[in-house]
Amino acid sequence: MPETLPTAAVRVTVNGKPCERQVEPRQLLVEFIREELRLTGTHIGCDTSFCGACTVLLDGAPVKSCTLLAVQADGAELTTVEALEQDGQVHPLQQAFSEQHGLQCGYCTPGMFMSSLALLAEHPEPSPQDIRKALSGNLCRCTGYQNIIKSVQTAATLLRQEG
Amino acid sequence: MYPAPFRYHRPATLGSALTLLAELGAGARPLAGGQSLIPILKMRMDEPSDLVDIGRLTELTHIRKDADRYHLGALATHARIAASAAAAEIPALHDCAANIADPQVRSLGTIGGSISIADPSSDWPTLLHLLDAQVVCRGLHGSRTIDIRDFITDSYSNSLADGELVTEIQIPVPPANSGGAYLGFKKAAPAYPAAAAGVQLTLTAGNICQTIRLALGAAGPVPVTSGDIEQSLVGEPLTEAKLQQAAAALVDLSDPPTDARGSAEFKRTMLHTLVVRAARMALQRAQGDVVKGSHDYA
Repeated sequence: MPETLPTAAVRVTVNGKPCERQVEPRQLLVEFIREELRLTGTHIGCDTSFCGACTVLLDGAPVKSCTLLAVQADGAELTTVEALEQDGQVHPLQQAFSEQHGLQCGYCTPGMFMSSLALLAEHPEPSPQDIRKALSGNLCRCTGYQNIIKSVQTAATLLRQEG
Repeated sequence: MYPAPFRYHRPATLGSALTLLAELGAGARPLAGGQSLIPILKMRMDEPSDLVDIGRLTELTHIRKDADRYHLGALATHARIAASAAAAEIPALHDCAANIADPQVRSLGTIGGSISIADPSSDWPTLLHLLDAQVVCRGLHGSRTIDIRDFITDSYSNSLADGELVTEIQIPVPPANSGGAYLGFKKAAPAYPAAAAGVQLTLTAGNICQTIRLALGAAGPVPVTSGDIEQSLVGEPLTEAKLQQAAAALVDLSDPPTDARGSAEFKRTMLHTLVVRAARMALQRAQGDVVKGSHDYA
């Protein structure tokens, strides 16, 4: 392969802000988010489409950003974990995970948040089974899932109270 | 991990995609949802010169029904199929689509992409055998429709010609008094199943088996099926003894590899259990019972 393959334009809206970069077509979305946009809240865990630490929302749907080319997201609206905290106020998901001990090392937490955010947008009152199913693509190696499920239930209650 | 460098193309129409694939030749690959292809590229198991991104071709996203069959566009995602009227009418289709990998993969992964990669552990080829599905393939010089059994030819292999794309999967609507189920066993949601099985059947009055399809997945290079075993069950009630006998005969034809998902012996035991369980669920559903659960990994 020659060294100089053409680059491609990626125009996306990230957490409400328009962004545009010229990138190598082989650049993965997670690298685009972390290296080009310097939004390092999205983590690379397994890098094999297994663990879900890199989960972001693509036009509202949860996706694994390590298994998507940045060019595939061209034109899309992306939501990353940085969208949660607003003006120094933590999001109900963040508050709930803190209260319910839904994290220890925190590495998987950004992905847990994004999958939960997509779930709660569709199901404001999820059952524990709904939560387990929604988080089935997000692995945690230290906290264990019980407190994570409790955290999402608490977040659902907080969000409903906020109305 | 990064794929090797490639040129990226995003044609606006199916016609221009087919022209481009023909021009670029053997080094080019079509990219749909990428949920199988991108991991392959990241592991450098394939290093294409060009990727032709067909993921936005709206001509291939349809899910619709005509008189006697459902038409699923090749780019229908697992998530959309799971939520469709087709899945509501055909429970085995729902069992399969709603439990492929995890929500993130189901957001992007497509039925056409999945069968085009033809991973021997993937769910769709097994399920589509049960439903007598047909695959519409289109190249520059026209399209052809082939049976799923003739489409999947080997591990990671199918009968697509160079430059040809899957455009649609057609699924006949099962007749009245039909039922089916598809079950898999996985270590965790994102994994491919270690073993999978499905059954689709139709009963006559008196619960006599009129037609039946059985299939094992992750059981060898291609789904394991047997017209002879299926025929041996037709015309009689499906007793537990009959099901056990058929399951044992079908598992005898399987050749699951010993790998990280389990030993061959373990997988054969699982295949037997799963196909019997799927048959019981299919029977219940054919008799009008709503049986939920399928293979839920959460």
